[in-house]
Amino acid sequence: MSDVSALTGLTLKDALAGLAERRFSSEEITRAHIGVVEAARPLNAFVLETPDLALEMARASDARRASGDAGPLEGAPIGVKDLFCTKGVRSTAGSRILGNFTPPYESTVTANLWRDGAVMLGKLNMDEFAMGSSNETSAFGPVVNPWRAEGSNRDLTPGGSSGGSAAAVAADLVLGATATDTGGSIRQPASLTGTVGIKPTYGRCSRWGVVAFASSLDQAGPIARTVEDAAILLRSMSGHDPKDSTSLPGDVPDFAAFVGRSPKGLRIGVPKEYRANGMPPEIEALWAQGVAWLKDAGCEVVEVSLPHTKYALPAYYIIAPAEASSNLARYDGMRYGLRVDGSSLNEVYEETRAAGFGDEVKRRILIGTYVLSAGYYDAYYLKAQKVRRRIADDFDAAFAGVDALLTPTAPSAAFGLGENNADPVAMYLNDIFTVTVNLAGLPALSLPGGLDSQGLPLGLQLIGRALDEGTLFTIAGALEKAADFRAKPRRWW
Amino acid sequence: MTIDAATVRKVAKLAHIRESEDRLDSLAAELNGIMQWIEQLNEVDTDGVEPMASAVALTLPLREDVVSAGGDSAEILANAPGARNGFFVVPKVVE
Repeated sequence: MSDVSALTGLTLKDALAGLAERRFSSEEITRAHIGVVEAARPLNAFVLETPDLALEMARASDARRASGDAGPLEGAPIGVKDLFCTKGVRSTAGSRILGNFTPPYESTVTANLWRDGAVMLGKLNMDEFAMGSSNETSAFGPVVNPWRAEGSNRDLTPGGSSGGSAAAVAADLVLGATATDTGGSIRQPASLTGTVGIKPTYGRCSRWGVVAFASSLDQAGPIARTVEDAAILLRSMSGHDPKDSTSLPGDVPDFAAFVGRSPKGLRIGVPKEYRANGMPPEIEALWAQGVAWLKDAGCEVVEVSLPHTKYALPAYYIIAPAEASSNLARYDGMRYGLRVDGSSLNEVYEETRAAGFGDEVKRRILIGTYVLSAGYYDAYYLKAQKVRRRIADDFDAAFAGVDALLTPTAPSAAFGLGENNADPVAMYLNDIFTVTVNLAGLPALSLPGGLDSQGLPLGLQLIGRALDEGTLFTIAGALEKAADFRAKPRRWW
Repeated sequence: MTIDAATVRKVAKLAHIRESEDRLDSLAAELNGIMQWIEQLNEVDTDGVEPMASAVALTLPLREDVVSAGGDSAEILANAPGARNGFFVVPKVVE
């Protein structure tokens, strides 16, 4: 195989087939990807490229295949969000406070991917500690979306927090990427970049070795170019892990087997409360198109009610900062990461954390500390946990009558870098359609539905019952076929 | 409930984050904006609702009380800002 350009831009599935048929080696396809990663530095999608490690892993993969010992992802080069700890490879969570932290251990999710034969091209940029919806809170600067509006040179956000993962997949720099989702951080960037992302049921993927943000909400998942690719990656990433006490027991289904099945006869709910808040007409139109596609595929579409939807974001902005303020207390400058010297122990703590955390992370730590402080715990934290129960109960009631829900993924297409920074709450509203499922622990998938009038991708979201990712993959497969989304960003980098 | 500069100063102290005096007012305004938006939760009737602390209804598993890791102090200390003779070096705690 000599034509290197033919080795990038493949789907993961086709790449795995090419590797299995020995049309090219892992070293060849990895080398091709290393080249496009280097050429794409203007996107700022990677915070660390690991070409030497990638080639070493690729050669080891080729040796395994030669000995007849190929795994399900054998030889496929992928990217890893920098929230996942990778042994011997700097892991920063997009923060200055972790400095040059080099984990002496491997996260379970990435260990599973390497066990199955995947090759790491490097670590992907992200909002600091996964707190953000535009990748602008990263200590390494924002990722630039490979997509631009027609006739415009303005830099757009790829969304966040998994902006590097989404941009790298959309720009064909990797065959797929790991990502994480606490309030929408897989699905919103997938929507803004024309890619597929799934946040599985809470507990599907082990959180062990993933830098913690809000532990009762954090969940890992893949971003990929097709529904089937996402299914293939999710299967490898998932699985019970005794090192995470919230990891779900039980076998992992062959998610890819659900793609391509007919969704005929499935009942799909459309939550009427999602229509509120002056939805842009183009988003509304895409949603209606999604409904039409599902009806054409033989689904029955019914309206459902999730009455507490509007309270999900405010509840999230108590629960997530509260958990974050507790989780991020570990960054004290003593055992790893940044230390700023001072004249007393407290001064070292305070100066280290002042210098190490960015503004959004500090803001959330302060909110979390405030809502957990004496006298306010019941009024805020306990109240939010009760509202969380109400939101989960809404879903239970809806799923008594339907198999899945269809909604838009995000309230807008990709917006300009710097455009949404003045008001924190305005930025938080990006997660208005995605955050509910994190509170309820349910699986949800975003896939591209079409382009808006500016030529920018818009996503549709499917929400499923707990542990029923299979049905999501079936419906998403049908929607993907109907949408026939083939648009690619024009290469300007 | 409004957050003033004194409250921000106190919360920042609790969170061990130094905030300069000239930032306190703008931070208070930002946090007030967020907390006022959050106040809408009071519209929800939550009488008798059990608080939801976890997304899954699993009881936490127990494991055997045995040592499962250890003996790797060199690895653990490799990332320390200060380390000597197998120990973390930290600022003086007791005067």
